[in-house]
Amino acid sequence: VTVTLVAAAVLAVVCVLYVARPFLLEPAPRADRLAELDELERRRLALVEERDRAVDALREVEFDHRTGKLSDDDYRALVGPLRRRVAEATRALEPRGKETQRARAAG
Amino acid sequence: MAELGRAALVVCLGLSVYALAAGGWAVFAKKRRLAVSAQNALLAAFGCAAVASATLVVALVTHDYSLQYVTRLTSNELPLGYTLSAFWGGMEGSLLLWLLVLTAYGALVVTLNRRRSDLLPWIVPVLGLVATFFSFLLVAVSSPFATHAAPSNGFGLNPSLQNPYMLAHPPLLYLGYVGLTIPWAFGMGALLARRADEAWIVATRRWTLFAWTALGVGQLLGAHWAYVEVGWGGYYAWDPVENAALMPWLAATAFLHSVMIQEKRGMLKVWNMLLVILAFALSLFGTFLTRSGILNSIHSFTESTIGPWFLGFIVVVVVLSLALVFLRLPLLRSRTRLESLVSREATFLYNNLLLVALCLTILWGVVFPLLSEAVRGEASVVAGPYYNFFLRIFGLPLLLLMGLAPLVAWRRASLRSLGGSFAWPAALAALTAVALLALGAGSSKAGLIAYTFSAFVLGSIGYEFVRGTRARHALVGGSWSGAFSSLVGRNRRRYGGYVVHASIVLLAIGIAGSSAYDTTRIQKLRPGESMRVADYTLTYHRLVTRQAQNAQELRALVDVERDGKTLGRIEPGKNRYPVEQQTSNEPAIRSDRATLGDLFVILERAQGNTVTLKAIDEPLVNLIWLAGFVFLAGALVALWPDPVEQRRLQERYALQTA
Repeated sequence: VTVTLVAAAVLAVVCVLYVARPFLLEPAPRADRLAELDELERRRLALVEERDRAVDALREVEFDHRTGKLSDDDYRALVGPLRRRVAEATRALEPRGKETQRARAAG
Repeated sequence: MAELGRAALVVCLGLSVYALAAGGWAVFAKKRRLAVSAQNALLAAFGCAAVASATLVVALVTHDYSLQYVTRLTSNELPLGYTLSAFWGGMEGSLLLWLLVLTAYGALVVTLNRRRSDLLPWIVPVLGLVATFFSFLLVAVSSPFATHAAPSNGFGLNPSLQNPYMLAHPPLLYLGYVGLTIPWAFGMGALLARRADEAWIVATRRWTLFAWTALGVGQLLGAHWAYVEVGWGGYYAWDPVENAALMPWLAATAFLHSVMIQEKRGMLKVWNMLLVILAFALSLFGTFLTRSGILNSIHSFTESTIGPWFLGFIVVVVVLSLALVFLRLPLLRSRTRLESLVSREATFLYNNLLLVALCLTILWGVVFPLLSEAVRGEASVVAGPYYNFFLRIFGLPLLLLMGLAPLVAWRRASLRSLGGSFAWPAALAALTAVALLALGAGSSKAGLIAYTFSAFVLGSIGYEFVRGTRARHALVGGSWSGAFSSLVGRNRRRYGGYVVHASIVLLAIGIAGSSAYDTTRIQKLRPGESMRVADYTLTYHRLVTRQAQNAQELRALVDVERDGKTLGRIEPGKNRYPVEQQTSNEPAIRSDRATLGDLFVILERAQGNTVTLKAIDEPLVNLIWLAGFVFLAGALVALWPDPVEQRRLQERYALQTA
């Protein structure tokens, strides 16, 4: 029983030390703020998802057309707006990306 | 020994509470070190659950009867393999398995996402909540380490659980059940963090697929266990315990499909959240059903130690999750709409509605007898015909949709292109129907429809592979095999999914064949007498008894002939387990590789030298088990990592502020 209790105590101490590790390693950190997306980054992420979705959709439309699932008329009707969406999302990303970089460099 | 197990569980409870409370405070107050500390608590909780599990394994293997659990579920005569499977043979052990798998998943989530996902700090308290519940149950309500004065021998394991399948079936089910906690935790984490992007979906793709695969394979193993062990000639009886695993699997299947619509079109965000909540709640409900004793009687539930706690936790999970979805509704609104009712995404939507309808119908079938007993005081039974009716109503259109969906383009499809796509699979289906009618398969309308739809689905999948390979070959040139592997490699989820669809078709053919076209005969035989079932002639010779390690075996020696040709001897019988004081059926099964059917023979009764045999001819039943292998192969293709895609997604969701 004594050995078992010692083993249990060792287990508890090891766990406590492991849980306390971030505080033991950095007792007085320069920054302790949790990283999270700000509004600008959320907007940027939404645009990246929008662009990727449009690129994937374009790829799907090309493939469906190639395999005969999509008629020429449907293909023409779909491909134009999708290309525009890719271009718009890419354009929207560029200046904001630079802005973010500038803001980060300044901050 | 028991002290170490108990202490490990107490420390695990403390760590889980810390992961919940400190993790919650860390995201609220934006404290980085506290968030990392909460993540460490989740990792350490896994270590403690592993120590507790190892302690129980040692106690089982060494027959430490000072533990009530070991006494109740094992005996000196029980073979080692089954002694190990007693770990999950009882309520306390299976709760410990839940906790072990949950904390293992939690530790893996933390390890894999620490540097990748800024959602992790939000997920840790959610996982902490579930771990707190299970470790609390194990510490305060139903401990596997409860002790008593040790007897010299245990009571043994239920004979029906003394089967090799019991070594794999429950752990796989638990990998599935518990695995569905992860997409739910990510979904809730995303909502708590007010994140409307798809980071949670991308992060949980493989988790969901893995849990779903484990649950699917686990159910098939369970069906095969029922087939070879329970000895009634079937593999699925719509038993609430079986339904408990099927319901979350159906909800997860719906989620795996609808999540693609969110990824491709940014739609169905609320629906996907509801599906992960449903899948997780049903996995908790499944554990509750099987472990609370509620299935025996509503009264045994109120007397059971864990039942009320479990029900309370399910209510808390569902209410909190739905409240969170409601609070975040403005975030979850999608800007895109369905462009056409004839499009791939529309077929996915129909598929979702049918899957959820089937799932809820089964849920009602499970819940109704319990409600009826609680309200009216009378136990009522929802039997097979109810489930079979709804399986046809929802299952046959689902089968058809599996064939339709691959042929329809995303966004919209014109009638002309649809006509071109449908021609080959439809022709194959029509030919199959005509051939089956000519062969006399019209005796079962449902069977005929299932076979015709199955031919359509297989035709459509085959056609999809052919068209895709042809298009890829035209684009990149090279060999045909190169074009094929590049086609699959570039979209593993889609083509792995088609292989899974093919496995469902095999399953449907196997179920239709064995249930709609089976033949059963029951006959009393004296030595030397024969009986016929379908094309088989069975001649009974005599009874023999044998002594196995932990059972007395009684076997009837029966020779099998077909078309005048001797096929061999089978030995249906019964096992008597003296320690457990129980008897089990041990059916004899003779599989025919050419027809993929089984001759299934049960020794119903033995009196003196006279026996009553029940013989069933089950055509195509082996396709069900073959479907399991195809299902696993398809799931592995879909699960296989695509490095290019992974890199792209990692870059997209890499810690933006890092």
